[in-house]
Amino acid sequence: MTYLWKIFTSLRLTVILLGFCVVLVFLGTLAQIDEGLYGALARWFRSYFVLRRAGDPLYVPPIFPGGYLLGILLLVNLTAAHIKRFKFTWRQAGINLTHTGIILLLLGQLITDQFAQESILSFREGETRHFSEATQQWELAFVHPLDERQEQVVAIPEALLRDGAELRDPKLPFTIRVRTWWINSEPAFRAPMQQTDPPISENGIAKDWDFHAIPETKKMDERNNPTAILELAGAKGEVLGTWVVSAWASDAMMIQGVRNAYARTVGADSAQTIADKLGAPQELEAGGVKWRMTLRAARFYKPFSVTLLKTTHDTYPGSEIPKDFRSRIRIDNPDTGEKREVEVYMNSPLRYEGLTFYQSTMGRDDVKDVGRSGLQVVKNPGWLTPYAGCIVVAIGMLWQFFYHLTGFIQKRRLTAATA
Amino acid sequence: MIQRIPFLLTAILAVWVAGSIRAPKDKPADFAVAEWGRLPVVYNGRFQPLDSLARNSLLQLREKQSLNTESWKGSFDKPKIISATEWLMEMTMNPKVADTRTVFRIDHPDLKGLMKLPMDADASAQLDGKHFSWIQLQPRLKELQDEAKRSAAKNEKHRNPFEKAVMHLWSGVGLYMRMQNMIQPQNAQDWNAELGHYLTTIEPGRAAAIAQNAGKEYDKQALEELMRDLQRFDAMTQLEPPLVVPPAVGADHAGHTHTADEKWQRMGEALMQIARGEPPGAAVNNYARMASAYKAGIPGAFNEAVRDFRVSLNANYHRQLGKAGSEQVFNFYEPFYKGMVLFVIAGLCAISFWARPAKWEVLRRAAVWVVLLGLAVHTSGLLWRMILEGRPPVTNLYSSAIFIGWGCIILGLVLEAFWKNGVGVVISCVCAFSTLLIAHHLSLAGDTMEMMRAVLDTNFWLATHVVIITLGYSATFVAGFLAILYIVRGFFTRGLDPATAKSLGKMVYGITCFATLFSFVGTVLGGIWADQSWGRFWGWDAKENGALIIVLWNALILHARWGGLVRERGLMNMAIFGNVVTAWSWFGVNMLGIGLHSYGFMEAAFWWLLGFAATQVALIALGSLPTQWWRSFRNAAAS
Repeated sequence: MTYLWKIFTSLRLTVILLGFCVVLVFLGTLAQIDEGLYGALARWFRSYFVLRRAGDPLYVPPIFPGGYLLGILLLVNLTAAHIKRFKFTWRQAGINLTHTGIILLLLGQLITDQFAQESILSFREGETRHFSEATQQWELAFVHPLDERQEQVVAIPEALLRDGAELRDPKLPFTIRVRTWWINSEPAFRAPMQQTDPPISENGIAKDWDFHAIPETKKMDERNNPTAILELAGAKGEVLGTWVVSAWASDAMMIQGVRNAYARTVGADSAQTIADKLGAPQELEAGGVKWRMTLRAARFYKPFSVTLLKTTHDTYPGSEIPKDFRSRIRIDNPDTGEKREVEVYMNSPLRYEGLTFYQSTMGRDDVKDVGRSGLQVVKNPGWLTPYAGCIVVAIGMLWQFFYHLTGFIQKRRLTAATA
Repeated sequence: MIQRIPFLLTAILAVWVAGSIRAPKDKPADFAVAEWGRLPVVYNGRFQPLDSLARNSLLQLREKQSLNTESWKGSFDKPKIISATEWLMEMTMNPKVADTRTVFRIDHPDLKGLMKLPMDADASAQLDGKHFSWIQLQPRLKELQDEAKRSAAKNEKHRNPFEKAVMHLWSGVGLYMRMQNMIQPQNAQDWNAELGHYLTTIEPGRAAAIAQNAGKEYDKQALEELMRDLQRFDAMTQLEPPLVVPPAVGADHAGHTHTADEKWQRMGEALMQIARGEPPGAAVNNYARMASAYKAGIPGAFNEAVRDFRVSLNANYHRQLGKAGSEQVFNFYEPFYKGMVLFVIAGLCAISFWARPAKWEVLRRAAVWVVLLGLAVHTSGLLWRMILEGRPPVTNLYSSAIFIGWGCIILGLVLEAFWKNGVGVVISCVCAFSTLLIAHHLSLAGDTMEMMRAVLDTNFWLATHVVIITLGYSATFVAGFLAILYIVRGFFTRGLDPATAKSLGKMVYGITCFATLFSFVGTVLGGIWADQSWGRFWGWDAKENGALIIVLWNALILHARWGGLVRERGLMNMAIFGNVVTAWSWFGVNMLGIGLHSYGFMEAAFWWLLGFAATQVALIALGSLPTQWWRSFRNAAAS
């Protein structure tokens, strides 16, 4: 035990861990070229160990400590060393403060890593949204309208959607069996007269559209578009049919993209008809109510709504260099009675109800010919810790620096005087 | 007398520097090149004098700020060299002559082959094998366009050197055509007369167009004449040349009053507007007078038109005129080039001082004085740029190099003030010279004062995060170069006596503490900026990681020393590796082509970076050799 204690309080361990950190950060940066940001993040920084896989580039070592492991060890080392050596003296105050700040920063990052949630609120001018959407996760949603203003939603998270999974929910009058789940897929229109193979199903969009799996992408500027084939059974076990739900069919922008792609070969009018078939709502009647089903980006509902009033996209005169992006939005919060307008622009986010809204993307909506805006919505309960940590460390370092500097100057004056 | 050397040397150099801080003058009987070069235009989204436009265009085309019109001659045969502004005057007002100038630099043999250009230098045929004129390129432009289209379809990272050369030449061709259509249609013969004729065709042409629309009989010839001109002007506009025509200040048709900065127009747009009933403004008239006078070779008429135009601008565009003039003076002042000269002189003085430190103290003092002058010149350049841009000092890679140099000079002088042993001055000189050299090479990429993209458009964060992190780079480099000094002096010379060695040890330690503080605070501030603009404090972006590695490495050095794991030489070796780490963060991560901070893949720089890293590793290897092989320590042991 004392041996362990000695190791965990030693400076040698600190130096070794820092050395490993340097190498890890370097390799984790290089890895982003091949694995993409999110892939490299998960494998190198949000892990305990990095293991070499077949086909890895030369620089990947057989085994290497991951970010979590090094972070935790550094935290333990730091804390243990402080418990052992802590003494309050002016001389040590700087060092103590610095290390306290670093502990704060490490903990803050850990909290952020565990609890932060990022999503996108994407809308066009004039549109009102009361939810934001995830960029990476999906959900299988069953919706049925209760009255004109409200609807009942049963959303099944992506994590449960696996080949062969059987899903039940007390609110749903049927059972869902996932026949196949493709993490990434592509649609193909079943042109009449040309397709002889039977469709996946005679229900809903599958009549007109085929889907097939494609490899998962890890690139930062691409995203996976999953598709699932579902078999639904009623309460007494009777078969309700097979349905295909796809990320391609749930998003207006995606459908617009499909339409534009087809417009090149079949003309704008036919392409619109084809695209409409992809976006057609899929409804199922069970237990006397109609349920609409979609595979959509996971939604985070808010107790307030946001309306996009106006987008601004300026460039410098005579050039394409972007100068200013901004969205003017209105917040309607029935709980607080708020109904106010606010502007979100680069480097000036809106902080509201524990969420932060950042100007992220900007574009135009082809159909309505109005501006589109994407706001990044972040919920991060630990967002203040880096601010606090930074201030504490900076004070500590400055203290240490000037304490030694003044000591050093005094010493030199003394030697100069005696010389 | 000898004691006065520092003062005298510095005074002479100061006079040399100060003499160049003034606006260039024109000879009265000649074309007013300098005065024309001070006229403001908008290009790359910013106001600049024609002088800057000319320099940056030439840099892009041939990597020089001036034009050697007899490039086949050796430099001792006194080839005729004209200034960038003179070249731009030819380009815009006498394109026939400009087309014979060898302004396109082409090195890739396959590209020369594609363009059917002569491969080798041949002075008798007036060829240098590297620079070519528009006339030489023109017959094969179609082939170039085809190759450029093919290359453009490829991702930038996957283009081979030939395809890159094609793209570079193609963008040069675009730039060239743009410049030739900035003031007049490139095929104009006597532009002022043609403009006058155009003004007379507007009324009949418009009447004809109205009649045609109404289905009545119309004057076909009048309509065609007007349309021919309008098509020319439209072609000018399509090329997107710089904006040279200021708007008439006041309310426009829609009743919006606009400020002087917005709505500058291209010449083509302004000419089209005349057909819609706007009176031709001072810019249109005066530029036309200049063009015709220049082509006809009448300096008097040209200079009068330039003066008239300046007077017309002075009323509403006083500020832009002032800025353009100031930038032109800055271009001629060349503070960073002058700084390099000063640092070489100072560095030589300081190194000579080491030959006989006991006797030649005056050389060390001279070095300190000259470095102080260099610092003043460097600072003036830095401030001048800040005022021109209205920005904190660091806005791009180029200005980061300038600022790192500035930080190094100050750190070196502080060390010199404490130890007075020449080490600090040498560090100032070596670091400043190297960073200015790097900056010079970065400036070859074009405009160094380009506008900031929306996300970077925040003076607060540029002034805090960027400045502090850049000072962190400075300090890490200073520590690394101190360590190099230790090893080189210790290994190769007898100059590293125990006192100097000890002082170097203290310097490296102190500077590393400073570097840790600045790189840490700078990195965290960067995180806070990211939190403000993207919603995450830390995103493991390549540049962020680079900065983190510097912090970790500096922290590692300090902990290793506190723990007694390394002594003097170990500390030196670690500090040298700090150079590699910093160079990686500064340049290397930009080369990966990933992340938010990637400013494009820089292939040439990649090999330099690799070479630099190799030299640093070699120095570390040298530093690890046993002490009995070191000249300084061997002597100490023997005595």
